[in-house]
Amino acid sequence: MTAVDIIQSEGATNRLAINVRNLSVALAGSSDVVVDDVSFTLRPGEILGLVGESGSGKTTVGLAMLGYSRRGLDIIAGSVVIGGEDILTLSDEQRRLARRSLISYVPQDPATALNPTLRLRTQLSESFADPAEATEDRLLQMLAEVKLPATSAFLHRFTHQLSGGQQQRIAIAMAFAHRPHVIVMDEPTTGLDVTTQSHILETIRHLCRQHHVAAVYVSHDLAVVGGLADRVAVMYAGRILELGAAERVLRRPDHPYTQALIRAVPDLKGRTTIQGIPGQAPDPHHRPTGCAFAARCNMAADSCRQQAVPSLHTADNHVVQCLFPGEHRDRLAPVSNDWQAVPMASAVTALSVADLTAFHGSRQILQGITLEVPRQTCLALVGESGSGKTTLARSIAGLHHDLTGQLSFNGQDLPIGSRNRSRDLRRRIQYVFQNPYASLNPRRSIGRSLEVALLEFEKLPGVALRERVIAALESVALPARFASLYPHQLSGGQRQRAAIARALVLEPEFLICDEVTSALDVSVQAVVVDLLRRLQHERGLAMLFVTHNLALVRNIAQQVAVLQSGRIVEQGDALDVLERPQAEETLRLLRDAPHFELGETTERDLPVNRGIVAVAKGLQSTALAG
Amino acid sequence: MTLWPRYLRSGSAIFSTVLLTIVFLTTIIGPFFAPASSLDFIGAPFQGPNAHAWLGTDVLGRDVLSRILQGGYRILGLAAAATALGVLAGILLGMAAGYIKGAVDEIIMRLLDVVLAFPQIILALLFVSIIGPVPWLIVLIVAGFHAPQVARVARAATLRVVEEDYVRFAETIGMPRLRILVQEIFPNIMTPLIVEAGLRFTYSIALIAGLNFLGLGTQPPIPDWGLMINENRIGMATNPWPVVVPVLLIALLTIGTNLLADAIGRAAFGLDRGSRETQPASSDETATVQA
Amino acid sequence: MRRVDQNPLARLLVQRILLGLLSLLLVSIVVFAATQLLPGDAARAVVGRGAAQDRLDALRHQLHLDLPVVTQYWLWLRDFLTGDAGTSLVNGKPVIESVGARISNSFTLLILVVATGIPLAITLGIVAAVRRDRRVDTSLSVIALALAAIPEFVIGIGLIVLFATVVLHWLPPVSMVRPGASVFARPLMLILPVLTLIIAVFPYTFRMIRASMIDVLDSEYVEMATLKGLTRRRIVLLHALPNAIAPTIQAIALTCGYLAGGCVVVEYVFGFPGIGQGLVSAVIARDIPYIQCVVVLLAAFYVVVNLLADLVAILVTPKLRRAT
Repeated sequence: MTAVDIIQSEGATNRLAINVRNLSVALAGSSDVVVDDVSFTLRPGEILGLVGESGSGKTTVGLAMLGYSRRGLDIIAGSVVIGGEDILTLSDEQRRLARRSLISYVPQDPATALNPTLRLRTQLSESFADPAEATEDRLLQMLAEVKLPATSAFLHRFTHQLSGGQQQRIAIAMAFAHRPHVIVMDEPTTGLDVTTQSHILETIRHLCRQHHVAAVYVSHDLAVVGGLADRVAVMYAGRILELGAAERVLRRPDHPYTQALIRAVPDLKGRTTIQGIPGQAPDPHHRPTGCAFAARCNMAADSCRQQAVPSLHTADNHVVQCLFPGEHRDRLAPVSNDWQAVPMASAVTALSVADLTAFHGSRQILQGITLEVPRQTCLALVGESGSGKTTLARSIAGLHHDLTGQLSFNGQDLPIGSRNRSRDLRRRIQYVFQNPYASLNPRRSIGRSLEVALLEFEKLPGVALRERVIAALESVALPARFASLYPHQLSGGQRQRAAIARALVLEPEFLICDEVTSALDVSVQAVVVDLLRRLQHERGLAMLFVTHNLALVRNIAQQVAVLQSGRIVEQGDALDVLERPQAEETLRLLRDAPHFELGETTERDLPVNRGIVAVAKGLQSTALAG
Repeated sequence: MTLWPRYLRSGSAIFSTVLLTIVFLTTIIGPFFAPASSLDFIGAPFQGPNAHAWLGTDVLGRDVLSRILQGGYRILGLAAAATALGVLAGILLGMAAGYIKGAVDEIIMRLLDVVLAFPQIILALLFVSIIGPVPWLIVLIVAGFHAPQVARVARAATLRVVEEDYVRFAETIGMPRLRILVQEIFPNIMTPLIVEAGLRFTYSIALIAGLNFLGLGTQPPIPDWGLMINENRIGMATNPWPVVVPVLLIALLTIGTNLLADAIGRAAFGLDRGSRETQPASSDETATVQA
Repeated sequence: MRRVDQNPLARLLVQRILLGLLSLLLVSIVVFAATQLLPGDAARAVVGRGAAQDRLDALRHQLHLDLPVVTQYWLWLRDFLTGDAGTSLVNGKPVIESVGARISNSFTLLILVVATGIPLAITLGIVAAVRRDRRVDTSLSVIALALAAIPEFVIGIGLIVLFATVVLHWLPPVSMVRPGASVFARPLMLILPVLTLIIAVFPYTFRMIRASMIDVLDSEYVEMATLKGLTRRRIVLLHALPNAIAPTIQAIALTCGYLAGGCVVVEYVFGFPGIGQGLVSAVIARDIPYIQCVVVLLAAFYVVVNLLADLVAILVTPKLRRAT
């Protein structure tokens, strides 16, 4: 305790704030690692963005820095040195004290991470190692620092009386209270609307600079990290594949995975089309000795797979774990706009909504919605949480009944509620759900689920049935053998594709996609979006694509409607609306959405090149192992 | 079913299976091995164990061993019948309440709440005292006690499953409601119901044995474990066996069924959780925006 | 777009009370209807076979048996609510008298069990949860699982065999006290019944507390408290326990409710002069007014206890208290 105090008071700014060396975390009782030999350093005031997709181990690294591992995980190797102390070698009591002075944590979901039965005052005062420091003035000062109302009344509140953004600010205030050397933030802006998110990021940046606090910002969102971090580490399958200055890593990446990841991130300015990474990351039980990414890397050589790949350090403080760093840096796929040009004037309307007003009990969700989706067109419905977009999608699909207004499909009246509709109409309009983990019956095989859906409309003999099912699976790039698998044997992206197959096997004319990629990793999202775009084009489907991500719109939709608090505030051509926005809400979304410009700035604005598009498609279809 | 390997690994599962096999054998095969008739008087009351009666004689001088061997299967039979009936009724009511919701749900649950508002033994006393100790009545009453609890479990599970998207999908394609209940919902609520059924069986045994003990179930001179305990209490000091053995048997039977139900439940829930294993941990998961 | 609610707490309270009253009403109807179905003429049963017809008629009139059923019910209810529970068919005395004495005896039993058994189960439940999957926990859990299944009368007889008749002879096997006398005349005889009920009640309460404590200990806010570097003690006492109180209260209430019925069998086993034994005797003797009175009282007790449990659970959860 005394040693810690002394070191803290030295406050040397030239020393490292944190030095992580060879950190490894494994599944309890086994040698399967989820964090594999991770090392990095930070100076005071520096922010490190730790990016990765699900299963990369980024959260586990974050927690391990506090010397903590969740149930079923053990920290098996490495050192985490902060303020001269290696957290991992401290006794339980010493570690507990270190968490009160050297390092702190901001959780992902403050709603569940803040105690529901304690007042804010109690929870904030607890952050101080010395209770005497927690004076009323100090607490009010904490509130002011994070731009919350600095009043005693506010301190008196309970967690549930705060909004999401306010809760997160409290969590941040608690973390900064005792001026630690390092703060670990675990995706702290998840679930917040873009404006709140941008404000909170600003607050974090400001506090880190002001108090010389180093921060590790764990996230899956490259754009957010790009706008905030000084350094970036890219994690994959428990390893750091690339680490360096944010500029360098995000604009001129050396590792093929980083490059591929950047290609998968939707660009708000629409200069590039997203490209996914087919396949999925190996789970902890099957991590290869060689490069973990080799199976999905399009320039992997045998040497990559056979031996462990060392980390290369380059002069400009850059680390990359690849045998061929920086080579064959692929051109970013240019925009191919031919799918966006759909003749508008002569288009017949597929779906028409007139003056729709919807309720949830006594609460009004939608007000006077009027829109049209032309045939063979994809309309993106954009809005933030609470705007009512899912209610609108459900109303059209017939899942929501509490509404007034007119719906029509292909000129015919479309009854409200799916049970009031004819069988034919029910078949023609299909709905794909957001959560891939809940949209398939867990007790049935994929093939059987598709058969059951099909049998509802056509009484086909066994052979014909199976043929249709296999054809549907193939159209979403799932091999025929997946028909006998159960949902829990598939990854999130595969399940979502299976759900799309289930919708397609009925041969619909109109597809409603409700945030179908929100629960997926960005690289998987790109695969699914690309698939949907292709299907829409090939089958001439009309589509309603619901999303909160404006940048995604350019990759799939020809038209867009922006929803705010239950009203449509702007609609029209996608390009028009995004380049020349009129409504306040659209402006706000465009302004506050994180849009760090990723990737090379020189290889842009190439002319439309069908050859490249075809190659991209070819790459996709060959990598259909899963 | 992949249930079995996991199940067999559990120590308590093995123990309870062995235990139950012994007790079940005693109950079911016992009657064929009884040395004497359970109704004949073979000696003076409350004689200690001897060559003619290995466990001695009971309050009326009958062979204790024979009566014990023949005194269990009725309890099991009635318990099984009552459990089956009660569970079935409970599932139907619970699924109806959970799926249809609204007024139907309210009515069903309020009625069941009234039944649950009673300590069950008292209701049992009430009805048996009115109609008399008839077997079908006992089965009905005990089933009637199980139904509300099972309905609660079925309803809660149904409510959860009904919100899942695959059920919603079935609604969009207009699948008939009955088929949705049977095909989509029921397979997914089976796990908690199986566990509940096991627990209900245990409770059936306890309740029926209890009623017999109070003299409100099986009537003398029919041999029955519960009845024997009460009949032979007076002579406990002289010959404890007619009391001690049935006590042990009932205890072992109920402990066995409880441990078994618990072990099955643990294995089944472990299986369920395994099927959701590929779902990434929440903090590594990418943003799931609540639309 | 939001509805304006007046004090939601009051509304909730009123709702629960009304529901409870409704339950009680239904129960009283059921009880009344059930006892009315008893075969045989109640008046004749009292008066005996050889009685003269006019005496029979007079008694019938007195017992309101000549009126329509609904009226009989209404009269019975009215009398009951004003404190007159009728006359016992067995000894001709007002039911209230004998019920009164028995109730206080049973209540003593209840208090003793609740005061000792519940704190024991709660403490052990918390210990088991905090030391999850270690030896303390696994052994306690197995014991609880085994005990949970055994019927109370088996436990009771088992204890008698152990401590009173066969193995040891420390305690009296039955309570030899006249009904109406205080149980404290011979305190030793309280031990076995109380012990039986404690054993019967322990498993369920223990498992509920353990489960809810584990839920809380696994929660995100407890993880956060650990990451904040708070002491284990503070985490368990200040962060965890307050959130485990609501389910604890539920468990206690359910236990009390269960005891209302459990005491019937146990009192019968030990010959304990409580209300449970009274009920069994009344059932055997077909003493209708007595049965009606006791059953309704027990149901009322049950409903009140559950109501209190709901109330406390609401008060303890700040979220529900304010209902933002």
